[in-house]
Amino acid sequence: MTAPGAAGSAGDWWGTEDVCVRFGDTLALDHVWFRAEPGRVSAVVGGDGAGRTTLLRCLAGALAPASGRVRRPGPMATGYLSAGSGIYPDLSVTENLAFRAAAYQIPPQEARERGGELLARAGLDRVGDRLGGQLSGGMRQKLGVIAAMLHRPALLVLDEPTTGVDPVSRADLWWLIARAAAGGAAVVLATSYLDEAERAHDVLVLDAGMVLASGTAEQIVAAMPGTLTVAGARPAGEAGRRAWRREGRWRVWDPTAGDTAGTIAPDLQDAVTVAILARELALVPAGGESR
Amino acid sequence: MTELPVQAVAVTRAFGHFVAVDQVDLQVRPGEVVGLLGANGAGKTTLIRLLLGLLRPSGGEVRLFGEPPSRRTRARIGYVPQGLGLYDDLTVDENLAFSAVAFGEGPGAAALPAPLRRYGGTVVGALPLGVQRTAAFAEALAHRPDLLVLDEPTSGVDPLARARLWETVAGAAAAGAGVLVTTHYMDEAGECDRLVVMAAGRVVARGTAREITGDARISVVEAESWAAAFGALEAAGLPVALVGRTLRVPGAPPDVVRRALGDVPAAVASAPATLEERFFELTLSSARTEAPA
Repeated sequence: MTAPGAAGSAGDWWGTEDVCVRFGDTLALDHVWFRAEPGRVSAVVGGDGAGRTTLLRCLAGALAPASGRVRRPGPMATGYLSAGSGIYPDLSVTENLAFRAAAYQIPPQEARERGGELLARAGLDRVGDRLGGQLSGGMRQKLGVIAAMLHRPALLVLDEPTTGVDPVSRADLWWLIARAAAGGAAVVLATSYLDEAERAHDVLVLDAGMVLASGTAEQIVAAMPGTLTVAGARPAGEAGRRAWRREGRWRVWDPTAGDTAGTIAPDLQDAVTVAILARELALVPAGGESR
Repeated sequence: MTELPVQAVAVTRAFGHFVAVDQVDLQVRPGEVVGLLGANGAGKTTLIRLLLGLLRPSGGEVRLFGEPPSRRTRARIGYVPQGLGLYDDLTVDENLAFSAVAFGEGPGAAALPAPLRRYGGTVVGALPLGVQRTAAFAEALAHRPDLLVLDEPTSGVDPLARARLWETVAGAAAAGAGVLVTTHYMDEAGECDRLVVMAAGRVVARGTAREITGDARISVVEAESWAAAFGALEAAGLPVALVGRTLRVPGAPPDVVRRALGDVPAAVASAPATLEERFFELTLSSARTEAPA
């Protein structure tokens, strides 16, 4: 099921090399290196203002960096779902896809078949005549992803496709994402959900425009500095600043990694929280390693 | 008898022929965090509107603190809606002052929590989403409510900010408030003392995450080429989820999955379902029950 035109040749990758983006005095991306490979799903995680949207806009060609290099396929081989879903509210579901098909020069017959199949799989086949503006949030996001992948792009860039979407629509969205990657596309998605990042093949953690961590989830977890213990309450004093609530108990991070007795094995959520916390506490030098 | 923040008995709400909430029983006790899970259209928002007194039930009964919802019970509730409910063109201070007056406390009744102080004079619309959420929480908690109702409180924030919002929720519960919270994020179920799962207007499961997941199992596929295995399972019409390089197939036992894979080389095993996978099973089976209608 390799899609023609989607899979790049071996060794191909898309991404950024040492990219900086400035908005006025703000460094929105601070020397960001990022690599997305064909047939793999990469998750870009971080909170509000971390730089996820800026990075994705660079990858989609919607924003030129101040410095560094963006490696991306041509515009006709890129699919992009912007943070607002990119669906025309006054066009129907079918018209939205037809418009996209025309813009990407997909033969109408092929567009109808592929669009119809993806809509059916995502549970949207019965709302073909509904206006984009009348879709629920989950439906709109699913249509946005289908529209972005309709032309079998080599690079599929999705800005928060699942934020605020209910779990059932989220499963449909992930099916579409997996389908695009199975067809050979490099898929990049921004998310604030770490369970989604854990499902991706590669993860990039951004905070305030800087790369806090990157690699597979396992690599990021293995690279977490220090150790974690679990406590029933937030510890007093200095250790309390290095503690956060999780599942009714407290994780306490010790950056010195001395004694490992009583420590727990961290997961990706722990490792990412530690990365954000460490930066906040300035226990690691700000603007340090970016890879 | 302790007065229960929420006691709904067989509460039902129909819109024409559509029954949005169907015979729902729900209790929230003081100091307890109850998580309300459900897909879109499951009836969560209608249920919350019934509890807040914004809608009247078509059947059954809602009691808050032992009496029907009213202005008086509303004064004991802190509510953070999905849209946060703040005025974008007022500052954080002005929003809190407005809310304090509405709750009869007079402006300046509540001091801003430390992390918000530097934003007090900023209009809400100009603040990052995470700060807006913290402000909405502060507003909802300022009159020390006995019931806190939170509709998807942590959507779109980073894990540390999310942990801090849950710390605030837990603090309110520890001080005796009952908390009812909806979330789409199954990882947060662990923050709740109890879960109530809704589908198609009804309660389809209740208990702790572990109780709800029970001994449900799914099939797990490890293939040399996950893409080839994905294609084969997809062609067989099985619901398949990609998790890293592993495929998870809920609702299909290993022998069915093995057959669907045909000659694609792969190892198939059975594994315990996650809460999210169990949730799909509950949601989809109630959708099937509803389908002929």
